[in-house]
Amino acid sequence: MVMLTRPPTERITERVNRRGGLEPARGPKRATIVALVLACAVLLVLDLTGPVLTPARRLVGEVLGPLESAAATIAQPVTGIPGWFDSRADLREEIDRLSKENGELRQQVATIPYDANRLAAYDGLVATAKSIGYAIVPAHVVGYGPAQSFERTVTIDAGSSAGVEADMTVVSAAGLVGRVLRVTSTAATVLLVADADSVVGGRVGSSMEAGFVRGSSTDPERLDLELLDQTEVPAAGDTVVTWGSAKGAPYVAGVPIGVVDSVYTSLRDSTRRARITPFVDFTALDLVGVAVPSGTHSDRRLIDADGVIR
Amino acid sequence: MRRWLLLGALVVLALVLQVSVLDAFAWHGIVPDLALLVVVGAALVRGSEFGMVAGFAAGVLLDLAPPADHLAGRWALALLIVGYLAGRVGEDDTQAPALGRHRVAPATVVATVAAGSFVGSSLFALTGLLLRDPAVGIGDLLPAIGISLAWDVLLAPFVLPPVMAAFRAVDPVRAR
Repeated sequence: MVMLTRPPTERITERVNRRGGLEPARGPKRATIVALVLACAVLLVLDLTGPVLTPARRLVGEVLGPLESAAATIAQPVTGIPGWFDSRADLREEIDRLSKENGELRQQVATIPYDANRLAAYDGLVATAKSIGYAIVPAHVVGYGPAQSFERTVTIDAGSSAGVEADMTVVSAAGLVGRVLRVTSTAATVLLVADADSVVGGRVGSSMEAGFVRGSSTDPERLDLELLDQTEVPAAGDTVVTWGSAKGAPYVAGVPIGVVDSVYTSLRDSTRRARITPFVDFTALDLVGVAVPSGTHSDRRLIDADGVIR
Repeated sequence: MRRWLLLGALVVLALVLQVSVLDAFAWHGIVPDLALLVVVGAALVRGSEFGMVAGFAAGVLLDLAPPADHLAGRWALALLIVGYLAGRVGEDDTQAPALGRHRVAPATVVATVAAGSFVGSSLFALTGLLLRDPAVGIGDLLPAIGISLAWDVLLAPFVLPPVMAAFRAVDPVRAR
């Protein structure tokens, strides 16, 4: 029978016996128990209070780390044993799974530049919405008007059900694109500012002089600015923005159109005109936005005037 | 002196095997507690005082060796108590040399390992719960304790006899 409590005298004799090796000792000294349990408590408290034990962990790691890596290397043939029990079907299944995953990852990698561009375009649209103070219906350009019909129009994939109506301003992240000519329920036709028939009220940013920006019939990559005040000569590099119309139709105010490239005098009517390089590349339009009043009901998520997408 | 060296070597070996080799055979991520088996073996042969010290030393090493990130002292406390219990079992079982038995019966060894594994893992889990060291619930702890118990009992017949024989061999006079 184990006697957990013993009188001290008996304990002493026991110790003596144990030293003599005649009789088996029974249980450890109480001091040992207390010391060891206290040591555990001290360790716990030390580790709880702060990084006191970090050097000790480091030291043990320095010694045992190499041993562990050596053991892992030596034991490689043994640790591979569970793999022997993989059946052919298991491996085949794994190959299928991995090749499927590989395909998905490849596709993701391949579309990263495209996704990055799209993200930049959306970010730009958000910035545009903030700067012009209108909500924006995001839309993609899905069709270009043929050049042989001598008109610069595009089709976008947002129509009346998205809240788009005729005579609304179409912008992109870079600047002014054009205005909506007519809508169907799911699509809209946009007249680009580069069209020869397009006239936009523009204002030179540095002098606030007003004028008209027209599409150039001779150079599809340029616009023409005719200032109302013929004495004002815009400097090259000046930015031209829309001056805006009543109620924001067809053009809202403050949308950048382009920069002044050069100034020339028209031989026909001896007026001074400026050639404008538009901010928007009309041949590579993708994501555009239609400026709509804030709170418009739409079948898609709008970028609101405060930059929030709802 | 030699038994301390033996203890150190065995504990380090157990720890390294447990961390680097046995993880390939882990079941739900749980590996056999080789260090606990060494402590039980040492305590069965050398008694509870040596068992306690062995448990403490092995526990501190488990607490500080590289992959460990729990509070130091948790395994030390758990294995300390395992060493004590196993030591008492060894002392009791060899109390009567008159029976002619000099060694701990195999069934007792396995039972001690089972009890020690349960007590050790439970204590480790309980201190974790009390100190909120890893924030896991009791529902996650019980299966872990059960699986490690099964592992330890499974490995006991292979690990304990050589460990106990080694501890008897290094210091035969005072061994039980």
